[in-house]
Amino acid sequence: MSGSKSRILSRIGFYILLAIIVVYLIFPFYWVIRSAIVPNSVQFTTPVVYWPDDPTWDNFRTVLTDRRFLRSLLNSAIVAGTVTLLSLAIGASSAYALGRFQFRGRTPVLYIVLAMTMFPAVSVLGGLFTLVNEFHMYNSLRALVYSYLIFTLPFTVWVLTSFFRQMPKDLEEAAYVDGATPFQTFWKVLLPLSAPGLVTTGLLAFIAAWNEFLYALSFLQTPEHYTITLAIFNFSPQTGGGFEIPWGPMMAATVVVTIPLIVLTLIFQRRIIQGLTAGAVKG
Amino acid sequence: MGGTAVEEKELAVPKRPRRVLDLAERQRRLAWILLLPTVAVVAAVALVPLGQTIYYSFTNERLGSLTPGEWVGLENYRFLVQDTTFRSAIWVTVKFTVITVVFEFILGLLIALVVNSNFPGRGPMRAAMLVPWAIPTVISAQMWKWMYHDVYGVINDLLVRLHIIDHNVAWFSQPSTSLFAIASVDIWKTTPFVALLLLAGLQVIPTDVYEAATVDGASKVQQFFRITLPLLRPAIVVTLIFRTLDALRVFDVFYVVFGTRLDTQTMAIYAQQNIVAFADVGYGSAISLGIFVIIGIFVVAYVTTLKVEQA
Repeated sequence: MSGSKSRILSRIGFYILLAIIVVYLIFPFYWVIRSAIVPNSVQFTTPVVYWPDDPTWDNFRTVLTDRRFLRSLLNSAIVAGTVTLLSLAIGASSAYALGRFQFRGRTPVLYIVLAMTMFPAVSVLGGLFTLVNEFHMYNSLRALVYSYLIFTLPFTVWVLTSFFRQMPKDLEEAAYVDGATPFQTFWKVLLPLSAPGLVTTGLLAFIAAWNEFLYALSFLQTPEHYTITLAIFNFSPQTGGGFEIPWGPMMAATVVVTIPLIVLTLIFQRRIIQGLTAGAVKG
Repeated sequence: MGGTAVEEKELAVPKRPRRVLDLAERQRRLAWILLLPTVAVVAAVALVPLGQTIYYSFTNERLGSLTPGEWVGLENYRFLVQDTTFRSAIWVTVKFTVITVVFEFILGLLIALVVNSNFPGRGPMRAAMLVPWAIPTVISAQMWKWMYHDVYGVINDLLVRLHIIDHNVAWFSQPSTSLFAIASVDIWKTTPFVALLLLAGLQVIPTDVYEAATVDGASKVQQFFRITLPLLRPAIVVTLIFRTLDALRVFDVFYVVFGTRLDTQTMAIYAQQNIVAFADVGYGSAISLGIFVIIGIFVVAYVTTLKVEQA
C-alpha cells in the first residue's frame, strides 16, 4: 500500500520538476514573442501585461522594412555561407586523411587540430587586427571570412575525422581490390557516404559563424557591413519614439533571426547531438 | 588533383610485386597532400596572427601611428602584472566562471537525469534543449536585458507579485547584483547544452548495472553515487573543462549587457578595448597572452586534479 503511494508521490514530484524545467527553458522565448507583438502602449506600462489582448504586427513591419536590418541578414548569410563552404571543402579532404590513413605525424596533427578548437579567439586578436588592416580588409566582410576560419576549420576537421573513422573498412578494401587509387576511393566511395556528416558539420560551422560577435565588432565599422549580431547589438531607435531602446522592434528582429536557427536545429537535432558528442565539444 | 600526380609516378614503376607496400606508401603521400590546404589555412589564420601577437606584446606597436612599433622587451608584461584594471578583470572573469560552471553543472546534471527517464514528450524535450544553445549570445543577452529591465521588466514584476522583493531592482546596474544577474543569462543559455552532453554520457551506461544493484538492495541514492557518477566521469570531465575554458574567455554577454563599464569588464573585453578602441596593439597583445596563460593554468589544474588520462 504505502509502496504504491510513495511511488505515485515520487511520480508527481517528477512531473512537477519536469514542468519547472520546461517553463524555465520556454518562458524567455514566450516573452520575446509577447514583446514582439504588443503595441508600444502596452509594452511600456506597469504592471506588466502577460497576455496581449490586441496583438499587432507593427514591430515586424518596422523590422522587415528596415533596409539596414535586411542588409545585415544578407551580410551574415554571405559570411556564414562562405566560411562554411570553405571549411567543408578544405576540411573534408584532411579529415579523410586523418580518419582513414595510418601515417607518421597523424597523432601530432590531430592534437594540434584539437588544441585549436579550444583556442580562445581573443588571444590572436592583436595579430589578426593588424593583418586585417595591412591587407585592407578592415570594415569588409572579407575580414570575417578570413578570421572565422580560425574556429570553423579546426572544428570541421575534428568532427569529420571522427565521422570518417566510424565508417566500415570493407568499403575501401572493396574499392582497392577493384583497383581504385586512394584518392578515387575518397572521392567516389567515402565522400558520398559521408554526406550526412558533411551536413551536420556544415550546419554547426554555419551556426558558429552566424552567431559570432567579437571579430565582427572589432573588424567592422559602418552599418552597411554589419552582420546580424552587430545589428541586434546596435539596434538603432529609428522608430523608438521617446524611449531609448525600441524593445518591441528589437524583439521582433530577434524572432526573425532566431526562427531559421530554431527550425534547422529541430530538423537536425539528432545529428547535431551526435556531431557534438562524437567530435568533443565546442559551445 | 593530387591523385593524378601520384598515379603518373606510379606508371613508371613495375607494379605487381610491391602492390601492398605501394598502397601504404601512396596513402602516406596522399595524406600529406590532403592535409596541405588545412595546414596552409591554419598557418594563415592562426599561426601567423599568433606569432605576430606574441611579437607585438614585446613592442609598443600602435595602429595608425606613423612610426613602427619599437622593441620594449618585457615592459608591457611588467606593466601588466601591476595593472589594477587587469586584476579586476581577472577577478570578475574568475567569479563569473566559478558561478556559471557550478550552477550549469548541477542544474545540467539534474536536467539530464530527469530527461533520461521515460515520459511522454521526451523526444521534443531533447530537441527543445538545443535551442538556447543555437541562438546567438548577443540575442539571449538582449532578451534578458529586456526581461531584467528595471521599470518594465517581467522579472521585477514577477518577483514583486510573488512578494519576493518589495520594489523593482536594477539588477544589472547595481554592483551587488550585476554579476549574479549576468551569470543567470549564461546559465539559462548553456545549462541545457551541458545537460545534453551529460545525457549522452548517461545513455551509454548499461541498465543491467542498475538492475544488479537493485537486486543487491542498493538504494537510489547509493546507486547514484556508486554507479552513475563514477561511470559518468568521462562526460563530466570533458564538460567541465570545455565550460571552464568557454567561461574564462567570455565576451559577448558582458559586452552586450554592460558595454565597457569598468567594474564589469572581463579579461577578453579589456584586451579587445586596448587593441581595437585604443589601438594599443602592443599592450593589448600582452593582455591577450596573459589570458592565454591564465586559461592554460586552469587547464593544467584540471588535468592534474581530475586525472584526465584515466577518464
